[in-house]
Amino acid sequence: MLKVRIIPTLLYKNFGLVKGTAFNSWRRVGGVLQAVKVYNLREVDELIFLDISATLEGRSPDFSLIDDIADECFMPLTVGGGIRTLDDVTRLLKVGADKIAINTIAVENPSFIQSVADTFGSQCVVVSIDYVRVDSNRHEVYSHSGRKATGLSPEQFAMECERLGAGELLLTSIDNDGMMNGYDLECLRRVAETVSIPVIASGGAGNFQHMVEALHVGKASAVAAASMFHFTEQTPLEAKAYLKMKDIPVRIINEMGSGHASC
Amino acid sequence: MKHVVVIDYGIGNVDSVCRAVSRCGAHGVVTDAPEAIMNADGLILPGVGSFAEGMAQLEKRGLISVLKQKAQEEKAPFLGICLGMHLMASVGTEGGVAQGLDLIHGRVVKFSPDSNKIKIPHIGWNDVKWRRRDPILCDIPDHTDFYFVHSYHFQCDEAYIVGTSSYCCDFASVIAHGKCYGTQFHPEKSQRMGLRFLKNFIELC
Repeated sequence: MLKVRIIPTLLYKNFGLVKGTAFNSWRRVGGVLQAVKVYNLREVDELIFLDISATLEGRSPDFSLIDDIADECFMPLTVGGGIRTLDDVTRLLKVGADKIAINTIAVENPSFIQSVADTFGSQCVVVSIDYVRVDSNRHEVYSHSGRKATGLSPEQFAMECERLGAGELLLTSIDNDGMMNGYDLECLRRVAETVSIPVIASGGAGNFQHMVEALHVGKASAVAAASMFHFTEQTPLEAKAYLKMKDIPVRIINEMGSGHASC
Repeated sequence: MKHVVVIDYGIGNVDSVCRAVSRCGAHGVVTDAPEAIMNADGLILPGVGSFAEGMAQLEKRGLISVLKQKAQEEKAPFLGICLGMHLMASVGTEGGVAQGLDLIHGRVVKFSPDSNKIKIPHIGWNDVKWRRRDPILCDIPDHTDFYFVHSYHFQCDEAYIVGTSSYCCDFASVIAHGKCYGTQFHPEKSQRMGLRFLKNFIELC
């Protein structure tokens, strides 16, 4: 049976990890390699690493940094930020990324989604969709780390991403980001029910019950969280224990020595 | 120290695999040089990408006959991971029907779920049920979770199936024929148990 993934998101800016609220008011939360080492040791399900200043600064992904991260990361790693060309994707996959996340380029040039999917397979293309709530039933997608309005609705854009070959969507509510008051369940559900590819809920997790809601009500396939893991005592491992209690299938890590000889 | 060559054919996550191999105590080399491949103790064909593109890349590099010779005639341990496993089949259907390496008779087909509520690709951690004993499974408990990310799966004779997983159907997640192994999951990304799997492979080299 497929397990629900709980994914810590690492946001990188100016040589360190940061976390903000509503894509603003950034606080430094430590060194990236240290965080990756800890998450690897704790055997989290997956990591998402987003370089949130690359596009704004007009630079490419930091390939050598990703190489260093991958050295410590024997788990799935999604890397985003500053990806603009097929060569960027080739290099990221080569140094150890498993999936790439694209945001601005996917809006500016949607056919890029198709180029990546055709070359490397849909499974490695994550489109990161950031959006704001305009009014109670209207939402708008933003590109450029939440700086630029696009005129697109999340559902519309999600469908387009799927059609072009995206393998997964990382759906982030900018309004809820860092607030720790829960995910935007309504928009999440609308998008998740519109597409047949997995949707990762992002933006707003403050406790484990929020994750349960994102899965049950929001119909997400996986849940991402940052502030909750950076600023509270709650850990991915405890999140899994809670979800398991709620009958949600999660991967429970057995301690060393539980394996039996099968050879 | 065992020399394990990770085949570089332009579209795989070769460095991740090589790192994992090195972490398991082997000497891992990423290359597409036929000579290095012929001298290796074992071969790993990693995989990210589409079947047709994968075969085209192997052909472009003149690797098809080298891989077949090493695996089939010299019976060198061979491990195909994800797309690498798919390329071991006789036929693939991703990106048009294409011939595979035919190391294990089989056909690679897309998942066809009954309902659109079942999301494809199959992404995430899923358990593997062992169907028979094999040295590749040493110290790995039945129903251990491994990391998967794929839309296609390998259909073959029951005799080649070592482990299965269940998503929208039961599918082969570990296959073997002699010392040719294929895994649908990514051992290099499946943490401790994934590294154990690779270590078991290296022991066979």
